[in-house]
Order: sequence, then C-alpha cells, then structure tokens
Amino acid sequence: MHEKVSITLDVNGCEHSVSVEPRRTLVDVLRDDCHLTGTHIGCEHGVCGACTVLVDDKPIRSCLMFGVQAEGRKIRTVEGLANGDTLHPLQRAFWENHGLQCGFCTPGFLMLAAGALQETPDMSDGEIKELLSSNLCRCTGYQNIIKAVRLAAAEMRSGIRG
Amino acid sequence: MNWIGRSLPRLEDPTLLKGGGSYVADRVGNAAAVRFVRSPVARGAIVGIEVPPNITIFTGRDLADLKPIRPVLHRPDYIPIGQPVLAIDRVVFTGQPVAVVVAANPALAEDLAEQVFVDIAATDPVLDVDLALQPGSEPVHPEAPNNVLVEGRMKTAGFDKAFADAFEIVTLDLRSHRQSAAPMEARAGFAEYHAGSGRVTLTASVQMPHMLRTGIADTLGIAEADLRVIAPDVGGGFGQKMSLFPEYVVLVWLARKLKRNVAWTEDRRENFLASAHSRDQAFTIRGAFSKEGRLLGLDADLRSNVGAFSCYPVTCGVEPLMAFAELPGPYDFSEYAARSRGVTTNTCMMAPYRGVARPMLTFTMERLMDVAAKRLGLDPVEIRRRNLIDSFPHRSPTGLVYDEGSYKQAMEVAVQKIDIPAFRVRQTELRAKGRYIGLGISVFSERTGYGTPAYAARGMDIVPGYEIVDCIMDPSGHVDLRIGSSPHGQGLKTSLAQLVSDELGIDVQKIRVISGDTDTTPYGWGTFASRSMVIAGGASKLASAKIAEKLKVIAATLLEATPDAVSLKDGWARVANTNKAIEIGQLARAAYHQSHRFPGLSAGLQENAFYDPPGTFSNACHFAIVEVDIETGGVRIERFLVVEDAGVLINPMIVDGQIAGGVAQGIANALLEEMIYDETGNLLTASFADYLLPTLAEMPDIEILHLETISPESVTHAKGVGEGGAIGAPAAIVNAIVDALSPFGVEIFEIPATPQRIREHLRKAGAAVHA
Repeated sequence: MHEKVSITLDVNGCEHSVSVEPRRTLVDVLRDDCHLTGTHIGCEHGVCGACTVLVDDKPIRSCLMFGVQAEGRKIRTVEGLANGDTLHPLQRAFWENHGLQCGFCTPGFLMLAAGALQETPDMSDGEIKELLSSNLCRCTGYQNIIKAVRLAAAEMRSGIRG
Repeated sequence: MNWIGRSLPRLEDPTLLKGGGSYVADRVGNAAAVRFVRSPVARGAIVGIEVPPNITIFTGRDLADLKPIRPVLHRPDYIPIGQPVLAIDRVVFTGQPVAVVVAANPALAEDLAEQVFVDIAATDPVLDVDLALQPGSEPVHPEAPNNVLVEGRMKTAGFDKAFADAFEIVTLDLRSHRQSAAPMEARAGFAEYHAGSGRVTLTASVQMPHMLRTGIADTLGIAEADLRVIAPDVGGGFGQKMSLFPEYVVLVWLARKLKRNVAWTEDRRENFLASAHSRDQAFTIRGAFSKEGRLLGLDADLRSNVGAFSCYPVTCGVEPLMAFAELPGPYDFSEYAARSRGVTTNTCMMAPYRGVARPMLTFTMERLMDVAAKRLGLDPVEIRRRNLIDSFPHRSPTGLVYDEGSYKQAMEVAVQKIDIPAFRVRQTELRAKGRYIGLGISVFSERTGYGTPAYAARGMDIVPGYEIVDCIMDPSGHVDLRIGSSPHGQGLKTSLAQLVSDELGIDVQKIRVISGDTDTTPYGWGTFASRSMVIAGGASKLASAKIAEKLKVIAATLLEATPDAVSLKDGWARVANTNKAIEIGQLARAAYHQSHRFPGLSAGLQENAFYDPPGTFSNACHFAIVEVDIETGGVRIERFLVVEDAGVLINPMIVDGQIAGGVAQGIANALLEEMIYDETGNLLTASFADYLLPTLAEMPDIEILHLETISPESVTHAKGVGEGGAIGAPAAIVNAIVDALSPFGVEIFEIPATPQRIREHLRKAGAAVHA
C-alpha cells in the first residue's frame, strides 16, 4: 500500500506525472502532488462536496476516488474554469450576486454546476435546486448560490457570453 | 459618487472564484505532518501510553512545563480551570488530545498515531447539565465540587410584588440541544521555524490572531515578539475559531523543539469531537403577566452545559452570563430575578457560536409570549405590541442600555407584509383538507459592536473590545488600511473600503485592507460578536478622516483656499464655489515630497485611530410560515420574512448575505442539528452524515426588508448584523410549528424540533393516525 506508483494525470489540459501511493485520494493528489490547491477538502467522507471536480466532464467528489483511478481520464478543476483572465459565466454570476462568503465551498459548487450545465444546459429550476442540494455551504444560506446558477445557466443557454 | 450604500461586488471574490484562495492547508508545502492521539473515552485515568518503536511522539509529560490554558474572570462565583495542552494523568472528554505524533506526511502520521495505545481506566462520565447539578454527582474537576464553574444571580427590588400582583404566571421548561458551528474549513495550523531568528510563524485558521499570539506566548513562556501569527483566508468561523486551542500551542512548541516546520489539518471527525460545541442549555422560567398581557416580571433559572474546559479568552461565562444579562431582550419590564450557571461536564468545551446564548433566550422569550397570549386570549402580535420597548435609550432590568431601535415598527412592517388575515383564511381551508400550516413570530434585539465596558462588566481578565486602525496613504494616493479585525468571509475588506473611499474621495480600488497578520497590523480583537463593521469600521472612519483633514490643509495651501472650503470627491480636491481643483494623488505626493511647504503638518500621510464604543443594538422581526406533515413530523418552511434594522447599510448585498446565512443556521438550530453523545460519552454525530447541516433543499427563499434607525452610538451609523439571522429564526419557526399544530394542542419547548420529537408530541396528543 505504501509502494508508490507512477501515473500521469490530465488536469485542465496539462499533463502531471506524479508518483503516488495507490491509497492516495484524487483530491490529495491534485492538491499535494499537482499543487492545485483550489480544490478544497471539507469532510473526506463524500457529503459536503467541497472537493467536487470534473472527471470526464462529470462532477465527482475527489475525496471518494483514488488518484490512480483518474489516470487516462480528463480532469477539470476550478483552476481550469476561467478562460485566461475571462471568468466563466458561473464565476461571474457568483461574484455579481454574492454567491460566496468565506469561499471554501465555492470551487466545489462551481464545478458541480459547471459539469451539470454542460451536460444539461436547460435544467429546470427544480433540477437546479436538486443538483445544488448535494453540496454544503455554511455561510450563504444558498440563496445567492441558486440565484447565481440560474442566471449563469440562462446566460450560457443564450450564448451571449462565455 | 458615494460608495456607502452600494451593493458593490466584493473585492475579495475574483481570487477566491479562480481557486486562488490561500487557506492554511494550501500553504504548508512539505512541512512535517502532525497528528494528535485523542482520548477514546470521556473520563478516566491514564494508566499508560504504549508507543511503537521509532516514532516521534510527545505526551503530556513532555509538555508538563507549559502553563495550562486557564482563562480567568474576576468574580467570586467563577472557578478557573486549567486545560493542559496535552492530557496529564487523566482525560475529561472524548477527543481530548493525549499525545502528538510527527511524521513525514499526513497519511504516515495517521498510520503511526493509530498504533499508539492509550491505556485508560475509564469511569462513568457526567454528560447532562441537570444530572451534573444533582447533589452527589461526581465532580468533573476537583476544583468545582458542584460542577458549577460560573454563576450569576440577581433580583430586583420589586420582583416579589410583581409576582404577587400577577394575573397569570406562565412557567416553562425549555431545552436547546448541543450544536457545532461546523465551518466548512475545519481547524488547521502551520508553524514555520525560522532558523536565523528562532522565531516561529504560525499560520492558522482563526478569528483572533493577536489574541492567539498572546495566549500561545503566555502558555509557552516566550515573548510575543518571538511569534508571528497569520490568519490567511479562513473558511468560516462563526465563533468556533475564536478560542485558543491546545493544538496550536503544541504546533508552536514542536516547531521550536524540532527546529522544523510542522503542520496540522484536522479531519472532520476531530472538528466535531474536539473543537468546540455550543447551545447546550436548559432554562426554567416564570413570567408574571397582568390581565392585559403586560409582562410584569421574569424569574429565570438558566443552566448552560459548558463542557470540560473554559474557553480562552472569553471563558465558560460566555453563554451563561450572556443569557443572564440579555434574557429580557426587546421587552419592557423592570422586575427580574435570575440565577445562571455554567456547568462543567465530560463533553467537548463550549465556546461561542453565532448568537451565543441569544438563539436560546429569544426562543425562550418568544415561546413565553405565545403561551401567555394563548392563556390570556390575546393575539401573538397584540401581546408583543403591549410589551415591546419603544422609548430610547431604554434601560433593561439588568442595566443594559439600548440605543435607538425600531422594535415595534419592525414587527408592524412584517405584519403588513405577511397579511395575517389572508393567512388565517388559508390555514383554515387547508386544515379542512388535513394540511397543517402555521405562522410564527420572533422579535429580538441583537447587541452588537460593544467595546471594553461590556466585557469589563463580565469581570474578564482579558478585556477585548476596542479596535485600532492604521490608515496610510502612499505618495501615489493609494491607501493601506491595517486593521486588527480579522474577517473570514464577511466581506469586511469591501465594506471598509467603501467607507474609507467616501471619507477620502478616492476610488474603492485604491484601497487595500490588510488584516490577519500580527507583524503588519495593529493589536486588535479579530472578528466576532457582530463587532467589525461597527468598531473596526468606526476606527477606519476616524483614521481616514484624519488623513482627509490633512489632505484638505495641503489642498488649501496649494490652491490658496481655506481647508473647510475643500471637498474630496471622485479623486479630486475641489474648492467650493470656484473652479480650483487638484487631484488627490498630487496632494499625496506633495505630503511626502513637498512637506516643507506645509508648516505645522507632519510629513507623509499616516494616521491611526482608536474606537471603543459602548455598543449598539440592532433589532429585527422574523416571520415564518411552515407546513407540518403530521404523518412524518417533517417541517417545510414555506415562507420566511426578516425585517431588520441594522442602521445604515454600507453594502446592502453583503448585509443581506449575512442575514440569509444566519437564518440558515437558525433553521438548522430549529429543525436539524444536534450533537448527541451516548451514555458513555461517545459522540454519535461525528460526521456530516449524522450531524445534519441544512442543504438548499431545506431552505426557503428568505425575504429581507430593512429599516434604518440612526444611532448615536456608532460613528458610521452602521450597527452589527452578523448574528441576527441565527438568533431569531429558531423561535419564529417553532412558534409556527406550534401554531400549525394548535388543533392538537401541541406545545414545543425543545430544539431542534426534529421529526421524531414532533411525532412524539403528536402521539401524546393522540393526533397521529398511525401512532
């Protein structure tokens, strides 16, 4: 279990060759080996969703997946959400609508919504609410998170920006 | 352009949104990992500690020279209890740190810590507040034979007469179960050893960095100059991150001992077990009412379970003494007798959590009003109308002075907005269909922004309260605002920048607020108790006003005018009724580079100011409409209205965010969250699967309306608003549940009102079909 294995991860379009223990979770590999600390660890038991990233375009909890399982798959983290200096519509909507306070859960919510909207751009309001109910935020009371996601979804559908 | 009053998107956010936030665990690099070995039992004697070979481990004996953490209140009814940084000889709660393991990485440290066997001769713990008070109950600490660590007592002169004259006396037993603040980022610390100087920098997820430095330096017996404390981005605190925890002392000790960098990030289970809990309170009250429904007097026996130790610096008096002093809340009566006790048990330490005692005391007073209204045949709104304070300053029976507020108006605005007659019609219609909706009210005061007098009155050895702010305009006209407050999600940097922008007439983007570093900010008290906007805001306004005065003198000299004719706005200094103007940036440059031209002025633009206000009371009225499913006991919140008066809103969007977040925690307090120990003192709710935080699915849309009462007690005219949401919501929700279930005569005096508890009430009332 302590024997390290070499793997190469595709994170945000960049290759990261790292040597990790097979027991190491994906979130630890991303943070400690790939030095991408935007993905946060809130509970390590798959409830809070702070560690949500996209694996092959689907939101997953990176505390419930081993790093070695992610080899050969396309990983996207919050660091890969903006297009250079241009914020993703979700990031902009969170900013303009005060969808974050301490910011710790925010990367998880952004990736959760980004993955879901990519797959289902025309989610109903009920579907958005159900989706966002899968992550925990302790600061905002969620009001402005759902507001931001609704607005970003509408904007992404209209294709005006982003 | 005025910046105050604008819902400016926060200056903090772009970095956080791009994953560029810098929380403790993001900064530790390849520091050695620290893992604490914790007591698996609630009480017992340490018989031995068996350690596998070749591991770096330290126990309480190795750190026995360190002073225990022993906060003090200077009052005769307070018994100080020392908390050893690592347990020595005995353990007093499950999760208490017993030993510390250092290894190359966190996984290895965890592996090694699991191999350490702590042999404890366990004995029966004392867990419940009322059981701990029973005569003959085993003392948790020998210093406190009755398990009472702090006690407050008072009785007003006319108390007995008020009760003798009463038309109706309402007696209630109320219970708030234990909760955790549960910030999304748990505790974490990173101690860096600087080989050249021997100094240590502790980067920690905390709310009071200066206090932490003092506390650690005192415990280790070192000079504060040898320690720097940094609070970087902090992933929520809500009070839990105010206190000095032994883990942080151990980290600094290890860095000095091993002369290397060490880091600790607790896991969620540790946070639930061993950070801090709150709200574990049992109140018994008697309210004396006149025939007309006027509250004449209140008798209160208030018991708070403060856990195994006293939190530093605010002490275990924080909940019981706040309950004691603030129970009268927004109601106008003069006779009061109270006894409030902080009771020690073999449970995790109690420490502040958003609202501290006020969610429970508001729950208490608002249940009292509803029960009294029912007994006296009054409407819940009407009984409040007859009792709410409406002349200011108001002096409470405990001597608190309330500044200008809008207690009655806030309720009347809410009453209009809700349309109660229409609700009653709908309620009746739905009942006929077997659906149960109810309306609940809560009116409360929120004491905010209080300075040293309030803390000194508690007898605190360490008296927090003031803030000092350094305001420095550089030669290019940009400002550094160095504050002792330590925001962790409140958007304070944005709000302060808006405040200072208006004072100096410059763009908000030219202001950088620096916080959370003992090397670069003035000594201050961090962020807690809804204080930062009022106190750090007040000091920021005063400091920047001094800079503004200086800029006006410089402008007057350069433009050949008088300083009082100069105004600063939109980046320019202008002379009234002339076309004379100069850019503020040029004034700043002149202040540094042409100082010889301004005799009588000190060179440069550096000012500081101090602010220590008596405190200002915000107020609010919450209305909840809920539907109760009598088959499941489940509660759905259909509507939630907040009418809040926090004075002038510097950034309304941020204020609303504070209220909504507080209401979410209040909903959790009312319906969901409960820390449960089994009879052996083992915590059954040590994960997010067992301790239920609200998700979006449980949240209603929260409607927020504002009143703006201007108080003379705040130089910015802003009042604090950080806690109100959490304070008012539980009472409104439970009152609504009781209203919904009124056909069954159900009364609820215990929170959280979980489905199990509601079903039990319904079964007892013979209401449930499937009992």
